[in-house]
Amino acid sequence: MSWIVQQLWLVPALPFLAAGVLALTPRRHRRSAAGLAIGALTASLVLAGGAFAATLGQAGPDGFRAVVNFTWLETGAHAVRLGWVLDPLGAAMLVMVSFVGLLIFIYSVGYMAHDDNFTRFFCFLSLFAGAMLGVVIANSLLLLFICWELVGLASYLLIGFWFQKPEAAAAAKKAFITTRVGDLGLFVGMIWLYSAADTLVFYENGQGCLEQGMVTRLVATTAVAGMTLSTAISLLVLLGAMGKSGQFPLHVWLPDAMEGPTPVSALIHAATMVAAGVFLVARMFPLFAAQPDGATGESPALQAVTWLGAFTAVFAALIAVAQTDIKRILAYSTVSQLGYMFLGLGTGGVAVGMFHLLTHAFFKALLFLGAGSVIHGCHEEQDIRRLGGLRRTMPVTFATYAVGMMALAGVPLLFSGFWSKDEILHAAQGWKPSPWPFYLGVLGAGLTAFYMTRQMIFVFFGPNRTCARTHAAALTPHESPPVMTVPLAFLAICAVVLGFFGTPAWPWLQTYLEARPADLTAFDVSRLFAVGVLGLMVLSTAVVAAGLALGWWLYGRRPITDPAATDALELAQPGLFRLLHGKFHVDELYEATVVRWHAAWATLGELLDRWLWGGVVLLVHGLALGLAWTSRLLDEYVVNGGFDTACRRLVRGGRHMAGLATGKPQSYLRGLAAATAALALLLLWGGCR
Amino acid sequence: MTKLPLLSLLTLIPLLGGVVVVSVGERRAAIARRLALAVAGITLLLAATLAARFEPGSGELQFVEKVRWIPALAVDYHLGVDGLGLLLILLTTLLVPFAMLAPGGPPHRAPLYRALMLFLEAGLLGTFTALNFFHWFLFWELSLIPAFFLIRLWGGTAGASAATQFFIYTLAGSVTMLLAFLAIFLAVGKFDFLELAELGRADRLTAHFNVNFGWYALPAETLTRLAFAGVFLGLAVKVPVMPFHTWLPATYAEAPTGVTMLLTGAMSKMGVYGFLRILVPIFPEQIRALQAPLLGLVVFTILFSAATAFAQRDLKRMLAYSSINHLGYCLLGLLAAASFAAPEARPTTEQAAALNGVLLQMLNHGLTAATLFACVGWLEQRSGGRRDLYDFGGLRRATPVFAGLMGIALFSSLGLPGLNGFVGEFLIFKGTFALAPWAAAAAVPGLLLTAVFLLTLMQRVFHGPLEPRWTALPDLTWRERLALAPAVALMFALGLWPQLVLTFTNATVVSLAEAWRTF
Repeated sequence: MSWIVQQLWLVPALPFLAAGVLALTPRRHRRSAAGLAIGALTASLVLAGGAFAATLGQAGPDGFRAVVNFTWLETGAHAVRLGWVLDPLGAAMLVMVSFVGLLIFIYSVGYMAHDDNFTRFFCFLSLFAGAMLGVVIANSLLLLFICWELVGLASYLLIGFWFQKPEAAAAAKKAFITTRVGDLGLFVGMIWLYSAADTLVFYENGQGCLEQGMVTRLVATTAVAGMTLSTAISLLVLLGAMGKSGQFPLHVWLPDAMEGPTPVSALIHAATMVAAGVFLVARMFPLFAAQPDGATGESPALQAVTWLGAFTAVFAALIAVAQTDIKRILAYSTVSQLGYMFLGLGTGGVAVGMFHLLTHAFFKALLFLGAGSVIHGCHEEQDIRRLGGLRRTMPVTFATYAVGMMALAGVPLLFSGFWSKDEILHAAQGWKPSPWPFYLGVLGAGLTAFYMTRQMIFVFFGPNRTCARTHAAALTPHESPPVMTVPLAFLAICAVVLGFFGTPAWPWLQTYLEARPADLTAFDVSRLFAVGVLGLMVLSTAVVAAGLALGWWLYGRRPITDPAATDALELAQPGLFRLLHGKFHVDELYEATVVRWHAAWATLGELLDRWLWGGVVLLVHGLALGLAWTSRLLDEYVVNGGFDTACRRLVRGGRHMAGLATGKPQSYLRGLAAATAALALLLLWGGCR
Repeated sequence: MTKLPLLSLLTLIPLLGGVVVVSVGERRAAIARRLALAVAGITLLLAATLAARFEPGSGELQFVEKVRWIPALAVDYHLGVDGLGLLLILLTTLLVPFAMLAPGGPPHRAPLYRALMLFLEAGLLGTFTALNFFHWFLFWELSLIPAFFLIRLWGGTAGASAATQFFIYTLAGSVTMLLAFLAIFLAVGKFDFLELAELGRADRLTAHFNVNFGWYALPAETLTRLAFAGVFLGLAVKVPVMPFHTWLPATYAEAPTGVTMLLTGAMSKMGVYGFLRILVPIFPEQIRALQAPLLGLVVFTILFSAATAFAQRDLKRMLAYSSINHLGYCLLGLLAAASFAAPEARPTTEQAAALNGVLLQMLNHGLTAATLFACVGWLEQRSGGRRDLYDFGGLRRATPVFAGLMGIALFSSLGLPGLNGFVGEFLIFKGTFALAPWAAAAAVPGLLLTAVFLLTLMQRVFHGPLEPRWTALPDLTWRERLALAPAVALMFALGLWPQLVLTFTNATVVSLAEAWRTF
């Protein structure tokens, strides 16, 4: 086995180590903190690149896969084993995570330059990167879960990084708890899988829980309600993925997570946290796709993934249409794009979903960092209605942001988002169970183009609405420093180039991820003109063009000058706009139900404690006291009372007797004489008888 | 071969040390303090020696001392430890010095305070080593008395009533347990746990009650059940299981910090220890009959204690409910492992997983809960006795080190992987899910509820804008950091390398599981 596989653990371990050191570093060592974090991640990137290279050209019949497993602990005669795995899926993710992560780290040096807790920020960032890389290389659901939870911890720390802001503190808590709801599902799925398969290691010489033998066994077992065990476990695992990847109905934490510093948003929304959920499904795909012998069509678990993704893609895109915070629009766009990834996984398999995950990671990181540059340059202004006209003052940001926007919107041919989204739509089109996921996907594509146009126009075109009103020169937007714009440029290049690795003409990435036969990899333009492919390309181009045009028609025809002006869409459809602006009121619904139920339950517990259990204790206490009083009364009035009465009588008797003892001889003699007489009479009378 | 009676020494040293400390006198309190710490240190060293000499591969009782004592009553002086006992000895001896370094030391009668702590330690260590009911019960009660006086004399404003409630509550449990054991003695003529466990294993306890003890014409089954109920009550109060818990929040809240640390860290483990050493081995038949309702009670305990914790404003009361919740997981794993409905193959593996989880959880909870109470103690000490959830806010800005260390303890308590809390819970759930799936599934929401109130604590105390009056709140001193450091280091060590503990417990657990299988 190659050296790189043996040493793969270093990829997550180095950032972890950096995080550990930085946790103990005093705050003033700012430069060395950033240096250490960036250095550690660079080393990880180099190793990840090596690992990636090792997977190239090694495709066997099942693709390349190398594992290292070890025993973590022994309980009874059973060994709990962990391990790491190197395969194309993991290698591609490793490179993406460490590369995008590294760019975000570098960008953060500029963005967080004035923060007091700079050192701590890089500590948490390193923890985040390490945990995510751990998720990627884990060859055991248990190790994956461990790193998964650490990702959750890091996101908690980073979303709440500005903990003095009550909103940030609340958002951090919300993120942790909402994702933990999903994690409970994953946890139950994990222990269920453990008890059914007796191992949580994915791949281990045919004994792993994702390998043919075990999957066949899981499919053959019926769990509950006619579901096979593999379906039941997959659905529970999916719950975990929904939490982390912000799928409906567990999406509520993701937009709130915008309270964190912008590089954190980029990291969460592009490279790390949300990608974890999609990656989890991709990693456990053999289990999701498993079908009993003879069954046709799609597996129930994958159908659930498909419907979930299609619904969320449109649901979140609709909300994004009516938001006014630059980062929140991007946040809902992320939720929507994650829906696409699930749709891709469900209909087209690992390669389709992962292709979009990878392209999205780059252009979404680009958009978030661009938004950060805007916010940084405009003095922490995030409301798109008060921005505007930045095209002239922030040219680099504008150019790169436009690339990201077009990639996200799926502008044809040049931009990566077009290719990866088309792959998904193509797969959805051919999906047997229902055509609706495809329709939803097309609708979502149009909406995406629309809301991104709206955002672009608000932020970069027209006059600057803050400066125009206040005339304050100090508030003039300024371009960000190179430490921030250079990463943007890198990401913009990737947002274009990456798409070419997965076009129908040259489906290199799909071949790499799914270990297809090599002849498919060859460049062949004619595949672009196959009937289904070309037709779909034309359709999606038309839809995107319609979205762009509608956006321009509503917002771009006349420059928007007044930040308080009513939104063009609101003028047209006030009711709909309010519903969308209110995010379908899901938060309020949860507030009114789950949160309130929980509070009521807590109160119930407290009341039970105070009145029921406490009441019983009080009752026992009262009974004991009552018993004590009764016995006291008994003592005083019955037992003691009898005794006392007897004593009193005795005393009285004695006193009476004492009255006889007068001390006068004549009365004594009188008594004596009377007694003698009585005695004599008695004896005489007795003698007569 | 003459060997040092290590176990007797282990109990005797704190006992005699306590006598010496109390005789030092009030005027030389500093000397008494150092002396007490030294005694606790020596005891810890002795426990470490014990661990070093312990044969980890053997599930048998080790360091056995057995001397005939009162033959007429079948009372022997019988000591011994296995992995379970050793674990709890280590936990106790670790916690006592930690608790002595804890904040809020006594302002008056300090030597007595420290001496009582040592007496409490002796009681705990005696309980964890005794194998004959006679002196086991003696130590069980002995630990109660110093605890009572510690709460009564140095407790908060309501300390007196809390102490009384604590004492009477636990005493009631002790009385039922004593009665139960007297009944067993009259029927069987034995006090030795091992011999009684033999009987229980052969399911002959009921038969003995029938032959020797046809009492008031009650059937033997009823009598054994009554005996079981008596012992159960005594242990359930100690753990505690809801609804026998109402003494606990008040007691934990009113006791001085060091004492709360010992109460939650070590004393609550007496109950779980009793379940493992006494209740299940002696009454397997009765547990089997009542398994479903008992599991239901435990699930109820887990869910309601976590929910009730959310309704608390007093930080100590909140953590007290959290303690109930965490010990609920111990009982969950334990009762599931006592199950006989294990399906298919690998029941012993699953039992071993659950029991290893229980043992880990006992250690982890002792460590984490004690640390958390110590942290609240420091908070109380610095803020002039405040510990309301809404008294603080934004402390992470004023006291970052304190916030960081307490944050680690909080996340350990909510079971974050990488820290100690996770491994125990994972193993408990793994075993329980295979043995009693519905109970495991029903208890899982407890993990979420725990996160909710612990993160709320974090949010209210450490996050948000810093309240102006706390801007000058001093962070932990280096001495305080050093006191916390071992605990936090252990949290990481046990979380990353749980095999450290499992090496000692696994053989014991396997022999327990084997024994419970063959009932």
